[in-house]
Amino acid sequence: MYIYDDIDQRLVDERVAQFRDQTRRFLDGKLDEDDFRALRLRNGLYVQRFAPMLRIAIPYGLLSSRQLRKLADIARKYDRGYGHFSTRQNLQLNWPKLAEVPELLAELATVQMHAIQTSGNCVRNITADQFAGVAKDEIVDSFVWCELIRQWSTFHPEFNYLPRKFKIAVNGAVADRAATFVHDIGLHAIQNAEKEVGFRVIVGGGLGRTPIVGHVINEFLPWRHLLTYLDAILRVYNRHGRRDNIHKARIKILVKERGIDKFREEVDAEWAPMRDGPATVTWAEIRRIEGRFTRPAHEKLADVDYTGSKTPFNAWLKRNVHPHKLPGYAAVSLSLKKTGVPPGDVTSDQMERIADLADHYSFGELRVTHEQNLVFADVRQAELSGLWQELRALGLATPNIGLLTNIISCPGGDFCSLANAKSIPVAEAIQRRFDDLDYLHDIGELDLNISGCMNACGHHHVGHIGILGVDKNGEEWYQVEIGGNQWPASLGKVIGPSFARADVTNVIERLIETYLELRDSENERFVDVVHRVGVDPFKKNVYANLDQKPADRRRALAA
Amino acid sequence: MPTLIRNQQIVDEPSPPDLVVLEPTDDPRALAERLPGLKLIAVNFPKYSDGRGYSIARLLRERYGYKGELRAIGVVARDHLQLMAQCGFDSFQLREGEDVQDALRAFGDFSESYQANAAQPVPLFRRRAGR
Repeated sequence: MYIYDDIDQRLVDERVAQFRDQTRRFLDGKLDEDDFRALRLRNGLYVQRFAPMLRIAIPYGLLSSRQLRKLADIARKYDRGYGHFSTRQNLQLNWPKLAEVPELLAELATVQMHAIQTSGNCVRNITADQFAGVAKDEIVDSFVWCELIRQWSTFHPEFNYLPRKFKIAVNGAVADRAATFVHDIGLHAIQNAEKEVGFRVIVGGGLGRTPIVGHVINEFLPWRHLLTYLDAILRVYNRHGRRDNIHKARIKILVKERGIDKFREEVDAEWAPMRDGPATVTWAEIRRIEGRFTRPAHEKLADVDYTGSKTPFNAWLKRNVHPHKLPGYAAVSLSLKKTGVPPGDVTSDQMERIADLADHYSFGELRVTHEQNLVFADVRQAELSGLWQELRALGLATPNIGLLTNIISCPGGDFCSLANAKSIPVAEAIQRRFDDLDYLHDIGELDLNISGCMNACGHHHVGHIGILGVDKNGEEWYQVEIGGNQWPASLGKVIGPSFARADVTNVIERLIETYLELRDSENERFVDVVHRVGVDPFKKNVYANLDQKPADRRRALAA
Repeated sequence: MPTLIRNQQIVDEPSPPDLVVLEPTDDPRALAERLPGLKLIAVNFPKYSDGRGYSIARLLRERYGYKGELRAIGVVARDHLQLMAQCGFDSFQLREGEDVQDALRAFGDFSESYQANAAQPVPLFRRRAGR
């Protein structure tokens, strides 16, 4: 954890006081609905289908057990005893009362948490790869750089009223686990030939209604220029991004309209006078931030050999346990994707138990992943079996990380007022159909992502299978894409006309059957087959089979 | 008449007839050569959430070295003031209906900022290093 100093704490406290005053003015009728909207969004507060929704920031997904206990407490006191971890590594509460939100934020501030800039047209929570600090292929600890950017972006006076929201992801390892190519800005740490650390800067990627894979605007930006370069990109966007049409206001549209070369020229022209100026990052600051992070006191341990372990423990080891850079340690995923539980949902009771386990097994810290799971990053290998038993009792040991039932899903029409269709019942129906573990493991790695509308909070464009809820004359239909991938980034292709909800699981089953027939070995994943043979064989199989049952289809529609 | 705040004081003064106004789409560079002769420039905020004027202010102050009065006009509300001041505005023509006494308190909402700003050209991280 980054531990706040007195200034960090004071700024968060002052934010609470500011929002308390704004809420009071709104409730007293001194601030109108529209103006208050802009202000409350900057504190993560939406007005949703049934009640306000509050999005609490979990900067770069890192949490302490103490913070998680506070979240459990808050969810119980101000909400209905559960929270939802989102794909942006935040926690959402669905039922807080507007008048109580300032009090809730004040409680969060006591554990160095907030809801600053989790919504609104400003720089949002910075996201990162969940194995920062422990990955074997690590180049830098992305958390340190995320914290630097968090501070730079917090209340940035120039960039608080951007044309649209702005999302930055940082990846510190060789493999990209932060989806840097589908963010407004992606920063991928690299080392040049001289062993100097810098960032490959990717701009203009994004999902949503116009999915675009980002462009590399700078192949190697030395680390000290990070903030001035971000200032330059944001300034070009703030001045020239479209403000006439909300659907064309993201930076990806500006980059597309200008072309990456022209855009780069503009950024460079803006950057030149700022370069090497006072906002140039100093090594002292990087060291200072690094020094404020609590670090696990690792012991010198030897690796533990688990070969020959029996199922189901073995299945869990294989899917939910990940390599650690130190011998004798492992990172462990806690699956929040048990069949029948909305993806990413955790109850207050579970949060408290997870906090206890984090204290016992992983130095009191945990991470939230953009796949809506949790990670204990520093578990002693010798304790894996004990941890597994405890997680199993809590329903958090489903061995499905990387598999089809590890579904990423937005809250969808059950909660969100933007949604065209429900996503949670679709996720559950698919999980039920593929509940057989042997079959699931045989299918192998498969990312299945569901969004309830084209805003794409469920990242359906980069799922190997992506499902999108669409509205057709007031009815909920589902469009299916295949071939999307997070890294290397590729966007899925729609297989054809959309389906009624009752047909979706059959469609997924047809897709899987097609894959199993076509794969050349167990090592060829679903997405590899799609990229090799194209969409057509899948399409043919899906629609041929569906057409045989038109009567079923009509019945499903009428229901 | 809408209220004017200058240097955090309420001022009773009409707008000059020859006020130079920059709109959000204007490029402040066009004014660069005239800047030494100008005592007052206004930047218009046509909407509550239009943030282009913040960049224009920083460009005028930091890039082109404008030293005169820089006034925010248009939809200028209490909750904008501190950010605008940090970007280099020193006078504010509040929109109709704003509570001016309350608006004056806005400058104290935050006691520090992470970024460099017009009043404090050195970002916090460089000042923290000496603590």
